[in-house]
Amino acid sequence: MATETSKSIFWQGVRDGSPFILVIVPFSTLFGVVATEAGLNVFETVAFSFLVIAGAAQFTAIELMRNDAPTLIVMVSALAVNLRMAMYSASLTPYLGEATLGQRAWAAYFTVDQTYACSVLKFDERRDWTIGQRLTYFFGVAAPICPPWYLFTGVGAMIGTAIPEGLALDFAIPITFLALIGPMMRTRAHVAAGFVSVLSALVFAFLPFNLGLLVAGVLGMMTGAQVELIDKRRAERRAA
Amino acid sequence: MIDKGELWLVMIVLGLGSFGLRFVFTGLIGDRPLPPWILRHLRYTAVAVLPGLVAPLVLWPQATGGAPDAPRLAAALVTIAAGVLTRNMLLAIFLGASTLYGGLYLLG
Repeated sequence: MATETSKSIFWQGVRDGSPFILVIVPFSTLFGVVATEAGLNVFETVAFSFLVIAGAAQFTAIELMRNDAPTLIVMVSALAVNLRMAMYSASLTPYLGEATLGQRAWAAYFTVDQTYACSVLKFDERRDWTIGQRLTYFFGVAAPICPPWYLFTGVGAMIGTAIPEGLALDFAIPITFLALIGPMMRTRAHVAAGFVSVLSALVFAFLPFNLGLLVAGVLGMMTGAQVELIDKRRAERRAA
Repeated sequence: MIDKGELWLVMIVLGLGSFGLRFVFTGLIGDRPLPPWILRHLRYTAVAVLPGLVAPLVLWPQATGGAPDAPRLAAALVTIAAGVLTRNMLLAIFLGASTLYGGLYLLG
């Protein structure tokens, strides 16, 4: 559309990413608190968020180090929690592959659950976007998500108290993700993939290192692809 | 107490490792064309990972020590239904959060 300037696309990204502030603020504040309780100073805590920028992996690493787990176990466990990022990277490749190496590296650094989910939903809707427009949107989504992640890690480390539990902010993560998952359910294949993902994640929840989620991801993707094939063949037969 | 040397080693290795995982496909494959069957699987990555990520958090919330909790289950169902029906993320969040707080108020 001629009316879409890169400025308006950037702000569209900012708007779509903003609801996640609800998640980022309590979660990063809590990381700040937990890290300082484990003996990290403010600088180390914020550096942790800058370098790793992945909540679940950061919590896993701090928890294991506090319990004197061997260093290698700490690294392997925390990286295993992040294995889904490789799936996100693969999924973004058809959309961001044409970007320059530097742009792809920055996009990779800012690939977290929320930036990935928002962007892939939008890229799927807006097949007409150029690579420049896609990147603009992606960094727009990251703007209200990643900088507050660093900032509120620091706030948590300095104030040393988490947000009160009575606010039930633990549930901000499921609600914001579910609100994104709803609009993704565009075809039978998407619904089938989501359904298998939920079932397998629950069945394989006993696996260590968050590997159940990886199994759920692979089974869900296979389901989606198979259902798409079946539906395509059926449509072709009907047309013939 | 966490040893400072170990801490920085873990932070740097985790930082590099996490970046590597995020960059492995966008970085190495770039704009080389992917075979159709891989693209077909990748179209479902988001709907295959995110529901699985959320499901245990909904069914076994940490805040209740892992016991299923009616307000949270209701909030999850309202949010997903609103998202499917309206395709409006903000509205879905608003309705889901209202259900959660309403449920916690009534049952709490």
